[in-house]
Amino acid sequence: MACELSQTQLHAYFDGELPALDAVSFEKHLETCPDCKRQLEAEQSLRDSLQQADLYERAPAPLREKLQPRTSATPPIPIRTSMKPTSWTWLAAAAALLLALITSWQYFGRVSEPSSTQIIASTLVDAHLRSLEPGHLTDIESTDQHTVKPWFNGRLDFAPPVQDFSSDGFPLLGGRLDVVQGRTVAALVYGRRKHIINVFVEKSQPGISWKGSGTTQGYQWLAWQKNGFCFFAVSDVSAADLTALKQLLLTS
Amino acid sequence: MLEGEDRARFEAVVLPHLDAAFNLARWLLRSRADAEDVTQDALLRAFRAFGSYRSGNARAWLLQIVRNTCFTWMRENRKREELSEFDENRMPQEGENPETLAIASHDRGQLVRALDTLPAGFREILVLRELEGCSYREIAEITERPIGTVMSALARARQQLRGALTQPAAKEARRGL
Repeated sequence: MACELSQTQLHAYFDGELPALDAVSFEKHLETCPDCKRQLEAEQSLRDSLQQADLYERAPAPLREKLQPRTSATPPIPIRTSMKPTSWTWLAAAAALLLALITSWQYFGRVSEPSSTQIIASTLVDAHLRSLEPGHLTDIESTDQHTVKPWFNGRLDFAPPVQDFSSDGFPLLGGRLDVVQGRTVAALVYGRRKHIINVFVEKSQPGISWKGSGTTQGYQWLAWQKNGFCFFAVSDVSAADLTALKQLLLTS
Repeated sequence: MLEGEDRARFEAVVLPHLDAAFNLARWLLRSRADAEDVTQDALLRAFRAFGSYRSGNARAWLLQIVRNTCFTWMRENRKREELSEFDENRMPQEGENPETLAIASHDRGQLVRALDTLPAGFREILVLRELEGCSYREIAEITERPIGTVMSALARARQQLRGALTQPAAKEARRGL
């Protein structure tokens, strides 16, 4: 057996590394090539096994303490390593980003109106990226939902649903306030293996449309509404992981 | 050595990738205890070399130091056959058979045993891609290989892993007969 492409393009396609045009032609090829179809299924099955086996081995606490003696706590996922004040480089980068956003907004505004979904997606993906800067991830760092939930009291005009899903592989890491398009929203921070997921929560109201799913700047996002809240989850985890977290939040 | 501000910058930029460093060392060396020593050594090297780090991908920068430290350590401490990164010519290129392509799920123990039988270079590339989620470009940077080599090595690493996973089952089946 073995179609020639199953050893070359197939892997780049499987890993999302094939340029868009090549990916389209490879998908056409897949429709007619049972070899490649079968190989792709086998690759997915192997990846599923590797993901589910939880093979990632974190640095043991004694090693962490040796290398970073000032930190007494040993968080399972490295979060705050520095409490340095905002640096000028960061401010400059933020300003450049803002300028780029405004410029592209004006540009696209003239050519074709970007949908409100696209705008909100890129705004929230930016907020996700900002949160990954050292010291920006959480305002309240706790895995205890009974600590995080009351923290939002008085800081927002709504009470976001906060729940820990450690037993399902999505530990709550903390919470944060973000300002999105002039409104203050809650950001719940979850871990997934060594990845970070931000779930932004906002009160549903006319003019807010958080819905759909997609990929923006290489980050997966998924939006939905429930019980008068809008949710927007964004991360570098797989779409399947985001869907699993959505299901947990929907059924909680 | 670094002091004050540089030390704080190192802690902010490099230390967040300590888990990535340890995970790669653990899989390359197949031992948590050895990985602990070698990771510490690699972090010290990174600390000393931090003056030459400008900006860019800190994880890839650190992981390159970690993998080089691991391979040096293996050359000094392990038998020769263990450290073959991977031989470009030795590996069979033919396609897989239906047995290895069969869809099956494997538990953690099976996967650990199968991964441990692979050449270190194949383990490395699988760990970087499947556990660490590195892009081809990052893997190329870390392992100092062209992207094309990364892609073909990844294809063969997956094939070998599938082979290693089905071998014990095949042996048991034969024993059963």
